Amino acid sequence: MFKIKNSLRRAAAVGAILLAAPLAAGAQAADTIKVGVLHSLSGTMAISETTLKDTMLMLIDDLNKKGGLLGKKVEAVVVDPASNWPLFAEKARELIVKQKVDVVFGCWTSVSRKSVLPVFEELNGLLFYPVQYEGEESSRNVFYTGAAPNQQAIPAVEYLMSEEGGAAKRWVLLGTDYVYPRTTNKILRAFLHSKGVKDSDIMENYTPFGHSDWQTIVSDVKKFASGGMKTAVVSTINGDANVPFYKELGNQGIKAEDIPVVAFSVGEEELSGIDARPLVGHLAAWNYFMSVDVPENKDFIARWHSFIKNKKRTTNDPMEAHYIGFNMWVQAVKQAGSTDVDAVRQAMYGQRVTSLTGSAAEMLPNHHLTKPVLIGEIQANGQFDTVWKTSGPVPGDAWSDFIPESAKLTADWKYPWVCGNCEKPKFN
Amino acid sequence: MRRFVTLFVVALCLVLSAVTAFAQAPAAQGPDFAALVKHLGGKSFAARLNAVRALGETGDARAVRVLEAMLGRNLYATTDGRVVIGEKKGDAYALRDAATGADAGSAPSGELSMVRTNNRLRNEINSALGTLVLMSDDPDRRRKAAVEVFKSRPKDAIPALERAVARETDAGVKQTMALALAATRLEHGADRAERLDAVRMLEGSADDETTALLRGLVSRRADGGFSEADEVVRAAAQKALTVIESRREMWDFAGKLFQGVSLGSVLLLAAIGLAITFGVMGVINMAHGEMVMLGAYTTFVIQEIFRAYAPDAFDASIVVAIPAAFCVAGAFGIAIERGIIRFLYGRPLETLLATWGLSLILQQLVRTVFGPTNREVGNPSWMTGAIELPGGVLLTHNRLWIILFSLAVLGMLALVLKRTQFGLQMRAVTQNRRMAGAMGIPTGRVDAMTFGLGSGIAGVGGVALSQIDNVSPNLGQTYIVNSFMVVVFGGVGNLLGTLVGATTLGVVNKFLESWSGAVMAKILVLVAVILFIQKRPTGLFALKGRAVEQ
Repeated sequence: MFKIKNSLRRAAAVGAILLAAPLAAGAQAADTIKVGVLHSLSGTMAISETTLKDTMLMLIDDLNKKGGLLGKKVEAVVVDPASNWPLFAEKARELIVKQKVDVVFGCWTSVSRKSVLPVFEELNGLLFYPVQYEGEESSRNVFYTGAAPNQQAIPAVEYLMSEEGGAAKRWVLLGTDYVYPRTTNKILRAFLHSKGVKDSDIMENYTPFGHSDWQTIVSDVKKFASGGMKTAVVSTINGDANVPFYKELGNQGIKAEDIPVVAFSVGEEELSGIDARPLVGHLAAWNYFMSVDVPENKDFIARWHSFIKNKKRTTNDPMEAHYIGFNMWVQAVKQAGSTDVDAVRQAMYGQRVTSLTGSAAEMLPNHHLTKPVLIGEIQANGQFDTVWKTSGPVPGDAWSDFIPESAKLTADWKYPWVCGNCEKPKFN
Repeated sequence: MRRFVTLFVVALCLVLSAVTAFAQAPAAQGPDFAALVKHLGGKSFAARLNAVRALGETGDARAVRVLEAMLGRNLYATTDGRVVIGEKKGDAYALRDAATGADAGSAPSGELSMVRTNNRLRNEINSALGTLVLMSDDPDRRRKAAVEVFKSRPKDAIPALERAVARETDAGVKQTMALALAATRLEHGADRAERLDAVRMLEGSADDETTALLRGLVSRRADGGFSEADEVVRAAAQKALTVIESRREMWDFAGKLFQGVSLGSVLLLAAIGLAITFGVMGVINMAHGEMVMLGAYTTFVIQEIFRAYAPDAFDASIVVAIPAAFCVAGAFGIAIERGIIRFLYGRPLETLLATWGLSLILQQLVRTVFGPTNREVGNPSWMTGAIELPGGVLLTHNRLWIILFSLAVLGMLALVLKRTQFGLQMRAVTQNRRMAGAMGIPTGRVDAMTFGLGSGIAGVGGVALSQIDNVSPNLGQTYIVNSFMVVVFGGVGNLLGTLVGATTLGVVNKFLESWSGAVMAKILVLVAVILFIQKRPTGLFALKGRAVEQ
């Protein structure tokens, strides 16, 4: 009994030290610049988000090796919101109020971003959000370094409509049942209408997270495709439900040549754990592929491999978004000569960084980036082979032109607009 | 300066006209094979597309080699503008000239760029190849070629098809070719009688391609006119389509039924172990799903061993995994029963909490050992592909095997329960523990073995589920609710009830799914089961007699 008590006491002591550690770190804040990293390290999203935490640590490490920022060392403050959406908001508050970080890089799912948004707006913090998303948002306190729908979904559909992409006339929109697929498909439906596609030529279907029995849906897609016109599938299916979906396609003998599937949530990371052979020839649309053959990308991959000490690890689009976002923030801080949020925000507009695909990314006054759009074909080794890309970078659009009530809105955080969702400038 | 610009424009015009002349060259002056092949290495997508088409039109047997190399990603353009077929030899590539097949030395990969294809181009290549290999010696290739021609229906395929049909000896292939010919004639033929014949011929088929072709014929174009101008042909096509569609509806129903039975078999496999631990023993076993997961991970480990030591025998890995999974999950089950559950008999609430905690521990254990990401479990070759029925209905091999497997497992279990000494003891102990003990049955050991049996069967179910679902630490969580639903719905303690319950839920779910969507179907089924349990708390098949009291 005594022994147990003793070890309990020891555990309590260790716990107390652990709790005190961040406080002690907080005391020496003056000579470091703090960067908050708000990515889930446990729970369902850990698979994707842990990589982004490591990316941030690598970028900060590299910066410190080059002598830091404004003569100070940069320090990463990592917290774990555990794939728990309300906890994201709590952790964000902790980062800004208690840790006094100068900027936060984080979030993956749209619901986690929506959860932290009021916190950042209330405390005037700064968040860099690195994942492709459904748009229809522009906050003064968030920089969106992932793709807006017009930088991923719309070009992908345009490609499939083109002669080169197979001239598809009928469309199947498959998605997981939550906000991102539903909003994206709403925009896509409006876009298809504008191109003269009738409702009878669009099939929309939603499945729960982790859906594994795709027999009915795949045979429904087949039936829909026998309507006498070339059919393509646009997939916003999220997470590991993709694996049984593509397997079922393979088993039912649907080849990419017959019914191509273009996916918006399947990247190198998702393909690395599965047998990619049944997927070969199907498509994905992103702003970055690991296979892009330019010196910037090769250098980045080499650094990533030596940092993570594993040559098999892949790189992906949200990693590139953090790379661009972090470098832009560093440039803006240098230009402003301060990490003050308002000063940095002003300095962000018009910042340019060479992206990992070799083109210049520019921060626009609507807090979105200019990005090239690439369409890649899945290869048997889980990599993408770029089959098409836009001729140049596409400026991100916060409010879709294809939803009537959104088309009227403009996001522009420079004078005289200074607004994320206004129909006319605030100051004129 | 201006003169320079004029010169430049003139030069540009000359080049452009040369290029267009070249693109039309095959039709105009007879195809130049070597030049066409060279064009495949071109940068522009349209040029490559035209070159592939032109190569198909030449009917030249040499084109087969080139196009197949292009499909197989072995066709390369060299930096000095040649088009070659490359074969990787160490660091460099051994080259053959694509047009002549002659040896062309070797080159490092840096000097070669692959001639890229995309879906559109591959379609075109397949269509070109289709016409070219109609005369192949291999009947399977001839059949596939005919299928490709059916899909693309190029006009110049008609003479090739006519020749191919005339000399075809294999009845099945001949039928496919005749259909392809009918489809191509229907699209390009000028003679009304011939086209009506074609429609009549197509009426006998009910597959997706035929349906698509006929639907295309009777539909309206964007400008409001009909795609098919000839009214008589259109009426015939409409009639044929009606016949085909009614036939397809019947097949469609059969397909849905199969999918329902298949989902039922999956539910059965997931629930069958629970029918023992919960149904027979009465233990509310929340860790049941984790036993399924352990079975799936055992399959993964066995497959890794096969990959490392006997990659040629990979197809047998699943068969080896079945007893292995039974042993692993069974051993865990016995350990759990002896270590935890035996202290909690008669206290359902504590059992529920303890087994739930256990399920979390097991999940974390697997996460620590195998990592949080999904593990890849391969399908053996005999479990991929499908049997094609008319009307576009497919019975996929993996689903067929799983249906058979679930019935086999159920049959084995019934045999063990009804025909073996162990089964007798098990029933005796669960029906009247004290009396069984008085008769000299070691009740404690029988309890442990029963729980082990139930867990082992769950592990075997995991082997099958690893073939159709993701193998992740959360695998068990997705099945636990469904398993309880099946057992309770079917009637606790009754194997037949579990079978009927699983099949009913599967079929109902699938028919609802195509009507209301997957999310709604799940909700509706759950509500229906709740209402049913309200009416009949004992499930479909209630136990009768003295066993009920237990």
